[in-house]
Amino acid sequence: MITDVSTVIGAGTTPPAGAAAPFTYPPATHLWAAEPPTPAAAPSFLARVLSGAATVAIGATGIAAGTAAMIGALHPVTLDWAVPLVGVDLDLTPLGGLFALLIGIVAIPVGIYTVGYARTQHMGRFSLTVLPIFVAAMLLVSAAGSVPTFLFAWELMAATSLVLVWADHRRPAVPQAGVFYAVLTQLGFMLILLALVLLAAGAGTDNFADIAALADTLPGWTRSTVFVLTLIGFGSKAGLLPLHAWLPRAHPEAPSPVSALMSGAMVALGAYGLARIGLQLLGPGPRWWGLCLLAIGAASALFGVLSASVATDLKRLLAYSTTENMGLVAVGLGVAMLLASSGRIQIAAIAATAALLHLVAHAAFKTLGFLSAGAVLASTGERDLDRMGGLVHRIPATTVLFGIAALGASGLPLGAGFVSEWLLLQSLIHSPTPNDPLLALAVPMTVGAVALTTGLGVVVMVKAFGVGFLARPRSAGAADPLPVPRSMLAGMSVIAAACVVLAVAPVVMSPALTSALRGLRVNAAPLGPVLLRLPGVAGTVAPAVLGAGLLIAVLLVVLISRHGIRTRPKPVTSPLWACGADGLTPRMQYTATSFAEPLQRVFDGVLRPDTGLELDRHPGSQYVIAHAAYRARQRDVIEEHGYTPVLRAVRALAQVVRRAHTGSLHLYLAYGGAGLLTVLIVSLVASR
Amino acid sequence: MTAITALATVGQMAAVFLGAPWVIGMMRQVRARMEGRVGAGIGQPWRDLRKLLHKQQITPTGTTAVFAIAPAVVAGSTLLIAAAIPLITTASPLDAAADLFAVVGLLLIGTVALALAGLDTGTAFGGMGASRGIMVAALVEPTMLMAVFALSVPAGSTNLGAIVSTTDAAPWLALSPSALLSLAALVLVIVAEAGRLPVDNPSTHLELTMIHEAMVLEYAGPRLAVVELASGMRLTVLLALLVNLFAPIGIAGPEAGVAGVLVATVVIVVKVAALAAALAFVEVFLAKLRLFRVPELLAGSFVLGLLAVTSAYFFAGAGS
Repeated sequence: MITDVSTVIGAGTTPPAGAAAPFTYPPATHLWAAEPPTPAAAPSFLARVLSGAATVAIGATGIAAGTAAMIGALHPVTLDWAVPLVGVDLDLTPLGGLFALLIGIVAIPVGIYTVGYARTQHMGRFSLTVLPIFVAAMLLVSAAGSVPTFLFAWELMAATSLVLVWADHRRPAVPQAGVFYAVLTQLGFMLILLALVLLAAGAGTDNFADIAALADTLPGWTRSTVFVLTLIGFGSKAGLLPLHAWLPRAHPEAPSPVSALMSGAMVALGAYGLARIGLQLLGPGPRWWGLCLLAIGAASALFGVLSASVATDLKRLLAYSTTENMGLVAVGLGVAMLLASSGRIQIAAIAATAALLHLVAHAAFKTLGFLSAGAVLASTGERDLDRMGGLVHRIPATTVLFGIAALGASGLPLGAGFVSEWLLLQSLIHSPTPNDPLLALAVPMTVGAVALTTGLGVVVMVKAFGVGFLARPRSAGAADPLPVPRSMLAGMSVIAAACVVLAVAPVVMSPALTSALRGLRVNAAPLGPVLLRLPGVAGTVAPAVLGAGLLIAVLLVVLISRHGIRTRPKPVTSPLWACGADGLTPRMQYTATSFAEPLQRVFDGVLRPDTGLELDRHPGSQYVIAHAAYRARQRDVIEEHGYTPVLRAVRALAQVVRRAHTGSLHLYLAYGGAGLLTVLIVSLVASR
Repeated sequence: MTAITALATVGQMAAVFLGAPWVIGMMRQVRARMEGRVGAGIGQPWRDLRKLLHKQQITPTGTTAVFAIAPAVVAGSTLLIAAAIPLITTASPLDAAADLFAVVGLLLIGTVALALAGLDTGTAFGGMGASRGIMVAALVEPTMLMAVFALSVPAGSTNLGAIVSTTDAAPWLALSPSALLSLAALVLVIVAEAGRLPVDNPSTHLELTMIHEAMVLEYAGPRLAVVELASGMRLTVLLALLVNLFAPIGIAGPEAGVAGVLVATVVIVVKVAALAAALAFVEVFLAKLRLFRVPELLAGSFVLGLLAVTSAYFFAGAGS
């Protein structure tokens, strides 16, 4: 465990000594519109510890069950008494076991973290009660063995997460985020419901194991309809385009442990749905399935990373980064599907390994990212990167932990995300097939998208870490942060350890991935102990050797640069270069907005920022400017240009439908009678 | 791994470390002669480094460990690349540990370290340099990845040793359409990555045009020496990699003896010197591009890389 040491801010940090006039920070823009309402009393110690312990225990259950499932020690269980009429079918497959493991890895640190977070951020007793239920619902999704159980668990997960997003409902931005999340998640649920009902009706059974056996006998159009519906439905949960808009709204507004659970684990279950239905039950399908998934994944990855590069809200940035990473996962699954249907099973296995490993790595680094963003929020009250800075001096442990998360998210070597991206590129490099123009066109485009995404991903994380944590504080809150509670640091340290293990020794995931892949109708792809050497593929990398080599090389350079140290004068500290002027204020630093400005300019056509300069001229002379205001807003392009027309159409339709609602009870009774009659006639005709 | 390949790997690191300042000095000398000046001589960068190493260590107010270790990280990552890539021998013991994706990633680690150091100072210059440097790196990295990706498709491996051995065994592969396209793309991105004209001017000290120099503005004395050495080593490593990817003549294989390694060392030194001189010669006729024209240049090279990969796939499809 690492501990933050809070020290009194010295002259060296802020504002600089010898400034002509004392620097004052701009007034705080609160997340609250007016005065914040009087906070509810912090929940009692017992309530916090109980909630945290329950979450940790459920997480540990997930890890145990997942491990047991992957070594094949679990058998399907049916609990008839649990839900009336249908019962609950539990069947944790090896693939589901991997996701149960992932949920456990995320839930344990979140449980520890919540103990401290709930005190500083006054999480209500209700939220504390729902939090473990949310984790349990996610585990139930991964263990569901039949269609009704899956739908029940899915809806329980959606409802509990919605309640948690709505926890701070008195803050003005929260209800809007909640409505967005509710609508998109229910829209996704509707599509999944339709797809699974179609599937179960076609196969004549609602048990997943039986459906898998019968899937090949289903007519082609049923399979394709089910695939497209689940692609959009699960895609909305995974934050893929076009139903991604809930992520950048709900993640920032939810309490940070909830954001971490949603972004680390719940979003991964969207990918679980895609893999389970698309690859395991129905696959390998026609080639356009793989191409669809590939296209959506590549578009999501690029859109996510571009939006993240211009986002200034730290949690919004992390949410867009989730869209980016899930896009990469979808690319991996898409390549696996495409290659499996082209008969390249071994390479398809590498692509699927890449997708699953990236899910695990993403769960680790994104959980850490959201937890440390929450620690910053709790200690400074700031979420806006433009108002942060200098945190390294006051909360160094949190800074280091966020640095580990950022290194993982940027996909650089020695980060948790590097190996999975490496595997993805390896699968692409070995996919050329003789006389296959479709692959020869699709794969280079994918390589381009993945390469651009990784390049821009580095910008995002340099911005988040460099602007947010280094340099000098840009607001009073950042200049004087409160110490971070020990339990929060402990929780973050646990998941940081997972990040480090995934970065240096990704081979620990090898048995789990092998067993999960066995169910995916693709062969296993074991990773070697030190070198990552793939079966049938030339190309190796050794992250641990790379890390050791870099350490040795850096030490070597330090040793060389000690040449002449005896004749050097004593080291000194001197003021920064201010072009000869005096008093460099924190306002003169680059902010997150200015840092991203060059990229915003380069990708102007895609991002379409709303910028403008408004000048109020003096009434006496047009050459004298009385007041100037610069406006720069970055909105979600897809939301603005894609959702607005749909919403307008829905509203217009609602107006038409409203005419039928006159308020007359007789009329409503007549509607009911007519409806019942129609159902009876239809069922009569259909049964003939 | 034999003792000789291990020796050759140490030789690669030593050659890059010792040779980098001379490469810079030679490029400056070529430029000076072309402009009608006498020039300071090829050894001047080494003399500068020695002078800087004897100066006082100055820490700017408010900077943290990030600022202090960034130069060592840049130089260290470059040294590691020098050990891993095929310069003298194709059988470096580190070759299996670091393939081309890892090498591109290590280059990026260096850029990121310097950008964070620039941001760490908390000055306008540091932020400006970091913002610009990272923008260029974000556009360079994908192109570099695409270009080497195109080269690795015919080799069937991403390990640089295998790619270079394939080209060494069949030199005509370097004339295939995909290889030529990726050569064009690589030249552009290496110029950008090393901060040479027309992307960045290594000798400028005018604030509004600086990229690399703005990031490292606060460095002085011994740390500046490491920064300067590292940027020279990056240029040297990139030039050597470029020349060996397309013309690996003379490189030592896994079974080469001491004589083979010595010959390979001389050959690579000559090749890099010739390429550096040619680059300096061309630079004399170039002016620096406006900052926001640079992305257009890099977008062009990205398209070249994309075309290279596409043609590599079609080539692979038709050939096998």
